[in-house]
Amino acid sequence: MTDTTREAARPVGPAAPAGPAAPSAAHRPRRWRGMTPWLFLIAPLALLIAFTYAPIVNMVAYSFTDWDGVSPELHYTGAENYTELFTRSELFEVFFVSGYYLAASAVQIGAALYFATILSFNVRFRGFFKGVLFFPYLINGVAIGFVFLYFFQDGGTLDAILSLFGYDGDRAWLGTPTSANVSLAGVSVWRYLGLNFVLFLGAIQSIPGELYEAAELDGANRWQQFRHIIAPGIRPVLSLSVILSVSGSLSVFEIPYIMTGGATGTETFVIQTVKLAFQFNKTGLASAAAVVLLLIILAVTWVQRRLVPDDKVDLV
Amino acid sequence: MTRRAVARALVYLSLVLATLVVLLPLTVVFLTSLKTSGEMADDSGALALPDDPLNFANYVTAFQDGRMLSAFANTAVILVVAIGGTVLIGSMTAYAIDRFRFRFRKLVLGLFLVAALVPGVTTQVATFQIVNSFGMFDSLWAPIALYMGTDIVSIYIFLQFVRAIPVSLDESARIDGANAFTVYRKIIFPLLKPAIATVVIVKGINVYNDFYIPFLYMPSEDLGVISTSLFRFKGPFGAHWETISAGAILVIAPTLIVFLFLQRFIYNGFTQGATK
Repeated sequence: MTDTTREAARPVGPAAPAGPAAPSAAHRPRRWRGMTPWLFLIAPLALLIAFTYAPIVNMVAYSFTDWDGVSPELHYTGAENYTELFTRSELFEVFFVSGYYLAASAVQIGAALYFATILSFNVRFRGFFKGVLFFPYLINGVAIGFVFLYFFQDGGTLDAILSLFGYDGDRAWLGTPTSANVSLAGVSVWRYLGLNFVLFLGAIQSIPGELYEAAELDGANRWQQFRHIIAPGIRPVLSLSVILSVSGSLSVFEIPYIMTGGATGTETFVIQTVKLAFQFNKTGLASAAAVVLLLIILAVTWVQRRLVPDDKVDLV
Repeated sequence: MTRRAVARALVYLSLVLATLVVLLPLTVVFLTSLKTSGEMADDSGALALPDDPLNFANYVTAFQDGRMLSAFANTAVILVVAIGGTVLIGSMTAYAIDRFRFRFRKLVLGLFLVAALVPGVTTQVATFQIVNSFGMFDSLWAPIALYMGTDIVSIYIFLQFVRAIPVSLDESARIDGANAFTVYRKIIFPLLKPAIATVVIVKGINVYNDFYIPFLYMPSEDLGVISTSLFRFKGPFGAHWETISAGAILVIAPTLIVFLFLQRFIYNGFTQGATK
């Protein structure tokens, strides 16, 4: 679920109208008036600091130590964890697994764009198709993991379908690193396509219908309509989806963890971090890894903010 | 004209194919959940129909041996408390930030804004230590507190709605002698119903589906939520795909029902959640 949460950040402050300033409460003592907003904010701020900011600060601090997460003793080790992370190739290799998911999200965005475009035109059973395409996004990740474990199983759904068409190869789909990663990335497309699709569809449908009518009168065909009306209309949502895919690909966890546990070369960066921290008690090293991931994701988000100003992402 | 007809046919073909790709894996698992272990063993193939389409024995096994009942109960408790808390916290924050001008307002806003950029998966290494030091590890409080305390999207959704409520409503209530809390409780909160519906649905689905947090923070078997209890099917039911399938269908069914009844809200909710 990392994908929906990140984009919440839109600058709200400056956009807020100057009008609704402090409601006048002149009959109240000044001191009290200043306190009121804080009474509303105490609980939210306490939670925010305890569960978002304190962990970040601690994490950065741990990353410079050799702490194991339990013992009272910890030693300052400088940047050792970071050097270890970048020099021990097996620790850094897991990043290449993200490549599969990155490629998959290109397919995913392309397919989502295609289905959003055709379903924005008049198609029979539109509601049904829309629902079918979106529903996987709502399904529990563990259930999806099991559904697809059975799908890729020896003699499972995929083999059964292929044998209908006469292919009788006994392939272990999750048996080799490449095949396993491609399969898992495919599951990820199956799962997340719906969100991209619904976002694109919403953006396309917010384009006024007269534009199409005018284009049709001028003799524009479907492709020209897509090229000159739809494409510019969904650019902001498209770039948003690209960024979400990049950071999503870097922080893949659920599907590979549930399906293979990270075996046969499917270990991702987050799986590795979780294992380092909670199985091997290398809190220091795991923290360094998490800091690196956090910095990469923040950098990616920053690039997106630069490329696409926020105020354009507004469709609902 | 014929070219158009061909194009149309291809469009429908692609839609039907996509429908098959989505529904086939799910349908096969549903069929499997109705088979007996004998049928599974005689190797009739994954696509074969079950002999008895009303064989619900696997569901009984999943419920009893798989502890799905207590899993649903735990999930329900977390859902109710965490969502209630999120609605209160989100609406209070939005009210305070939008309706008051106070010192450090920009700073507070900035803190929430930056927090939204931090993906939760990356910080769990250190969050774990904090949750542990509060003594919440291996209790229902850990996920409840984390779901309540780290949901910035809801705050933004509430902020959009609070901003749309005319300030004149607050002011006239103030003139009638209402204080800030009364304004929040009697005017703002009731007018936030659409936002509350959105947050409840989006948050509800996210919490119901979450695996990472309960998996990390509630290792006890008694504290299984649906995700973690289903995950534990992997061990004891190892090769018993009929039981695992029944468990998966048990978990998916409520989602399907909610989706069928609340489609419109769900589409709107997730588009708002992702883009706001």
